[in-house]
Amino acid sequence: MNSIAAAEAGMIKPKISRVPMRCQEPAERVRNFEEVALGYNLEEAITEAGRCLNCKRPLCVGGCPVEVPIPAFISAIREGDLAEALRIVKSTNSLPAVCGRVCPQENQCEGKCILSAKKNPIAIGRLERFVADHFIALEREVSPASPPDTGLKVACIGGGPASITVAGFLGALGVKVSVFEALHEAGGVLVYGIPEFRLPKAAVVRKELSALASLGVEFRTNWVGGKTVSVKSLFEQGYKAVFIGVGAGLPSFFGVPGENLNGVLSANEYLTRINLGMAYNFPAYDTPVYKGLEVTVYGAGNVAMDAARSALRMGAGSVRIVYRRTREEMPARLEELEHAVEEGVILEELAAPLRFEGDEKGRLRSVVLQVMELGEADSSGRRGPRPREGVFRELPTDLAIVALGTGANRVLIEETPELKLNGRGYIEVNERNETSIPGVYAGGDIVTGAATVILAMGAGRRAAKAIAERLGLLPA
Amino acid sequence: MPFRILRKRVLIPGRTSLLELEAPHIAASARPGNFVILRVNDKGERFPLTIADADPVSGVISIVFLVLGKSTALLDSLPEGDCIADVCGPLGRATHIRKQGTVLCVGGGTGIAAMHHIAKGHHRAGNRVVAVIGARSGDLLLFHRELSSFCPEVLVSTDDGSVGRKGLVTEILETRLAEEREVKEVVAVGPVPMMRAVVETARPFGVPVTVSLNSMMLDGMGMCGACRVSVGGEIRFTCVDGPEFDGYLVDFSELQQRLSALKEQEKLSYELYCRCGGRHDQA
Repeated sequence: MNSIAAAEAGMIKPKISRVPMRCQEPAERVRNFEEVALGYNLEEAITEAGRCLNCKRPLCVGGCPVEVPIPAFISAIREGDLAEALRIVKSTNSLPAVCGRVCPQENQCEGKCILSAKKNPIAIGRLERFVADHFIALEREVSPASPPDTGLKVACIGGGPASITVAGFLGALGVKVSVFEALHEAGGVLVYGIPEFRLPKAAVVRKELSALASLGVEFRTNWVGGKTVSVKSLFEQGYKAVFIGVGAGLPSFFGVPGENLNGVLSANEYLTRINLGMAYNFPAYDTPVYKGLEVTVYGAGNVAMDAARSALRMGAGSVRIVYRRTREEMPARLEELEHAVEEGVILEELAAPLRFEGDEKGRLRSVVLQVMELGEADSSGRRGPRPREGVFRELPTDLAIVALGTGANRVLIEETPELKLNGRGYIEVNERNETSIPGVYAGGDIVTGAATVILAMGAGRRAAKAIAERLGLLPA
Repeated sequence: MPFRILRKRVLIPGRTSLLELEAPHIAASARPGNFVILRVNDKGERFPLTIADADPVSGVISIVFLVLGKSTALLDSLPEGDCIADVCGPLGRATHIRKQGTVLCVGGGTGIAAMHHIAKGHHRAGNRVVAVIGARSGDLLLFHRELSSFCPEVLVSTDDGSVGRKGLVTEILETRLAEEREVKEVVAVGPVPMMRAVVETARPFGVPVTVSLNSMMLDGMGMCGACRVSVGGEIRFTCVDGPEFDGYLVDFSELQQRLSALKEQEKLSYELYCRCGGRHDQA
């Protein structure tokens, strides 16, 4: 009996546990930039899909910021109709191969799955990825019939996940969407931030972006919102609405002595050189990147993990994550943290940099750390770090990567003073994601501060619905 | 959209050229002090160049560069009619220009090109602009003629004395500041040691000095911090806070140091390029 028949017979439903995903072995993968997680094959996918209870009131959908009809697409996989499965996913999500890889499913769809109570949720992300990858490999696009031409134009400023979602949604309704991207390639954090070994660029990101072309979406690179093109001029050019999704990429630094030494840099700089600039192929590609033998990374979120794991692949002798709390409190996704540790990243808990020391040529040589301890739990139940008076230690390091988080991208905001900001310097929007300028919407990190790809996409979807209503394409 | 090279003027063969690029959207909004980020081809790195001139009517911007490594060598290898893969801009804050009287604009080497656009802005705002330009020898003096067209005076110094006064721009500057007490502002664009020296020369006279910094950049819009510089003891990003700053507050030693941060790899890249006869695809 094959697995489809078995599934139909109800024999393998929730009794078996989640199908694991094959990965490159740690010792092997730290020597290359190829993808770590290898994805399901057809048989694994059908087996995993067979576990879905197809709940009458699916909680998973409510956990998805873009409301993918999850049980429906999983049913289609179980029935072997992969084209239908992709059509269902793409009805609300323009980037399934991306989301299947980088969404924090454990806090979203899979966290809501009824089987997660038994720590055995359906691997929704892996199934989403499987369906999307299947058609990317076949080089076959499964898209709805060509949308009607409404003759309407909408502009998106910033080419990241929020704008891409707006473009996909409105494109399917027959709106001509132009996406203005400041860098030389669209995709935002998908191309400059998340490393190739987690999210392949040519094989995945560019494929999903180019699929949007079939919906009439146009990407204009090297267009800086607020500089090359202003919000006002877009309306003059006939765009009926403008969506701002310029992100939050301004890196924070500690402000400690020695931070401008050569060899201290932001995680954004390090990752942008490696990802967007392809510095892992230097000198075949021209973008250089700092090399370190003893690398330290500051911060413990996903970006810190990406930087640390990239440094291993760039040939570092040792890579340490320096964090002022302990492993328990690290904000990175569990899977990213586990992958980093498996690959040999060392966790330096309870330490914060006091100053960086350099040689006579201004090159980084070491870091002096303040040793911390955890204090009482605060109102949120999280134990806060505090310095242990007079306890310091020094670590040799020749490359220090600062991953402390990022703030609002300022260029468009500064050039558009009529945009109302909130107290933290992000764009203020109403529940329809409309800004203080009528017809101008915003979403993603430039509204919320740095968050996830999928939350930006959720915001894009909300804004796109509001724009569609404004243009009379959806009932208000 | 391709960025076509409409005209190329070789100023010093193999070393410095001026390119006029077809970039109507950049030309339409470029103001003095702005820069662009370029990428020569799809394997290229991003690097900044100050806009030397912009004409919104013809849709043309001018850039001037000195061949310092592979990317500028590659740029220099392109003939008229070829295209540059990416030109992004205008970036950076525009020069703060207001009508105030006499402004002394000092330019050194290729910095004269960037200074030219700023000087033109001051001239258009109704200021009397005195240009002070310097180079190693007379044939390396850029924009001499263009500056002469709107500056009542262009004071020249060369290291070898082939044109103008033999010596440094700071010597001319010092003399002028001593003679003319009505100078409201000094603008300096050039190599770091020159800008530092201009600041020190102007200090006893109490004249404000604006410098335009040439930090290393990657995205050019505030997302990486490669261009960070200490200004008045605080971290500033040259790309979005600058590129112009109060010269008295800039830590020039740190700036100079940071410019050499990736020197070894830049050298390797350039050597491989030269060894392959300047063919990037074999580097």
